[in-house]
Amino acid sequence: MAKYPTEPLRCWAKAKELRKRFYEDFKGAHEKGGIRCVGSAWALDAVTMGLGRDVYWVTGEPYGASCAFDRPLSADFLAAAENFGFSRDLCSYMRNYWGSIIVNKSAFGGAFPKADFAYTQHICCSHGKWYQNACELEAGDVPLYVIDVGVGAYPPFQPEMYEHRLRYVADQILDSIEWMEKITGRTYNDELFFEACWNDIRLTHTWAKICMLNRAVPAPLDEKSIYSLYVFATLQKSRGEFAEFYEELLEEVEDRVKRGIAAVANEQARVMTDTQPPWGFLKIYRYLETCGVVSIGSLYTFGLEGMWLYDDEKNDLRPRPMPPEKPRSREEACMMLADWHLSKPQYQHFYHPEYKTKMMDAIAKNWRCDGIILHYNRGCEGLSVGIAENRLGLLQRGNKVMTYEGNMGDETEFDLPATETRFDIFLESLGLKKPEG
Amino acid sequence: MIEKFREWYENRHEYQKGYKDRTGNKIVGYFCTYTPEEIFYAADILPVRILGSHEPQDVTEPHIFSMFCPFCRDVLAQGIKGRYDYLDGIAIGQSCLHLRQAFTSWDLHKNPGWSYFLPMPNHVQSKRAVPFLVEEYRLLIKKIEELAGRRITDDDLRQGIDIMNKARKVMKEIYEFRKEDNPPISGTEAMYMTCAQFFTDAREFLPVAEDVKRELASRRLDRDPGKRIMLVGSENDDIEYINMIETLGERESVGCTVVVEEHCTTTRYFWDEVDTNIDDPLRAIAERYVSRTPCPSKDWPQRTRLQRILELAKDFRVDGAIVIQQKFCDPHEADIPFIRKFLEDNGIPTYFLEFDVTVAAGPFAIRTEAFLETLEAEEDLF
Repeated sequence: MAKYPTEPLRCWAKAKELRKRFYEDFKGAHEKGGIRCVGSAWALDAVTMGLGRDVYWVTGEPYGASCAFDRPLSADFLAAAENFGFSRDLCSYMRNYWGSIIVNKSAFGGAFPKADFAYTQHICCSHGKWYQNACELEAGDVPLYVIDVGVGAYPPFQPEMYEHRLRYVADQILDSIEWMEKITGRTYNDELFFEACWNDIRLTHTWAKICMLNRAVPAPLDEKSIYSLYVFATLQKSRGEFAEFYEELLEEVEDRVKRGIAAVANEQARVMTDTQPPWGFLKIYRYLETCGVVSIGSLYTFGLEGMWLYDDEKNDLRPRPMPPEKPRSREEACMMLADWHLSKPQYQHFYHPEYKTKMMDAIAKNWRCDGIILHYNRGCEGLSVGIAENRLGLLQRGNKVMTYEGNMGDETEFDLPATETRFDIFLESLGLKKPEG
Repeated sequence: MIEKFREWYENRHEYQKGYKDRTGNKIVGYFCTYTPEEIFYAADILPVRILGSHEPQDVTEPHIFSMFCPFCRDVLAQGIKGRYDYLDGIAIGQSCLHLRQAFTSWDLHKNPGWSYFLPMPNHVQSKRAVPFLVEEYRLLIKKIEELAGRRITDDDLRQGIDIMNKARKVMKEIYEFRKEDNPPISGTEAMYMTCAQFFTDAREFLPVAEDVKRELASRRLDRDPGKRIMLVGSENDDIEYINMIETLGERESVGCTVVVEEHCTTTRYFWDEVDTNIDDPLRAIAERYVSRTPCPSKDWPQRTRLQRILELAKDFRVDGAIVIQQKFCDPHEADIPFIRKFLEDNGIPTYFLEFDVTVAAGPFAIRTEAFLETLEAEEDLF
């Protein structure tokens, strides 16, 4: 029974159109004389934009998720990767991506478009290896640049962000600019870089502000919808039209909060999740909704790309303020990007699970969650690292926590009925029941 | 003397507890070979590597999700079971996410009062890695000085370098004997040696290793060496497995000797020395750790391990390579298809085995024997 008014998002159609155009741009890049670039969703894509406005991106993680959404297609890709000799417990995004190259088929139709170069970052053990292998599978002639961002946690989890740590990342960015000029033969345009850098900061800041609005009761956004919206930050943070779209979305969500528009009309309980969902089974969120449960988001959807700062004294997570002004020199832009991205919430748990536990607890308390659902995701070592300690830490802090095991990108490692049964038991413990019939 | 290595391997805790009592020195347990032992020696602190005990895991499930490698869970189990309660500190040099979890869970639940995560750079092929690591070492030194209760000087660092270089050098010299047609030291014994070095003070290890080196000059093993095998892959101190395949020849028609390995328990750990011609000792140590044979988690964008593996294979005249991997070890899993292809393109047959350190090695005997038979069959053709 509806408790709150609800209505679809007005920007939904635009979101679909933007995403479609993004992939078409990549595919058709060469027809326009442009450049195709690939890398991780965490790649500092802004840096490549100094080569021109015609640099078009595809990022591996959302691509892998798109493959996983189409389960028969994904099964072909995963089998191809396994037949090549890759172990089936490797990152399932990565295996879908490699499988696409091996069978030369894109999840968006046609042959898999070959990149002109790969530009990525490394914090998870798999990041550098992903594109090293992808480039080798592409006949070994796709140049690769990887920026190491594994320099330690950001304050307050470390006493300070030491200058040499920022400098290490910034210097690699500087080196990469020379490298890109060399492999593309293009002259680098700093003004375009500054613009892209600012788009990145603007977009990742705005996303955090959008997520803040989900503190409202009823929640204006549900996590299944959030997945369709956060994706722009994973596709290309520096794309101006994506930054503008987030500003429009912010206005729309503010309006929903003002008018009390709910994402889930019968919101009775609020949960948060963790890590990527099993993409081929997003209906689990609709299953929760039938019981009156809205998933308000997660550190994953909020902080994979959104930029926040954790306040240790208040146990709160707040959008990180933007720098006072745009960068004015190449060096300044490199340092600014390094400093901005090293504070990314989802980088912090790579150094200690306690940091993530604190941020998750802050979300649970400040977004008023009744329970926490952890996806023990066999498909992603990077975001599952420390998850068992997160469970213990969240329980110790008085949260109700359930877990289920699955895989974001390999359907063979997810058991839907068993997961729904676990949900039922957990929801009962929250005083909720599935409606009969 | 060679039996001493086995004694140290099997009685690591007795040695380490006794060492503390004898010397009054502190002991820090480290989790990955990217931890610079030189700096700990410089502070008169004994760095000991923590390896597992190869027992079925029964205490780590609440702490590490089972998709992570059995080695990291086995390592954590040692802490949870209280086997290292005598440690004064724990440290890790950033490497894989798996082992990092053993460290962070240990830090949460068994913290001895001092712990340190060293952000060892991943982009070791970048010219920026060494300057960054030097600065990280400065932070580490400050922290170690708190534990040691004294300053660490450049001379102390040079002393630490000297200690580690001597241990590395003697192990390389001992490995030279493994190039012989009938090596006087088995792969099992060699593995006992390299692991013993993790567990003991290198200054006490050194004279024993020097004696062994002298002994090997006249030692003859009364066995048919069989096929010359190389082991390649992730962490491996599966002595039971190595011994099992090296004794196959006593029971079956084929046998083998492990003549060299590329593991972080062996050559990746000790092959490279610190260059003492570099004036600044911190820079010299950093250069060594950045340029050593990398763990695959750091081996990009170029896959530099391939050439090192091939060099070892040729130098030790191997007949075949067994590519061993700890189950769930992502960095190695990402390299394996390329390593196998590269070795096979270079005329070295390979066989792949996925290991779980806590599972009995027995079932691997038949598979290894079958691989050895394929090597035999090829020879018969000629």
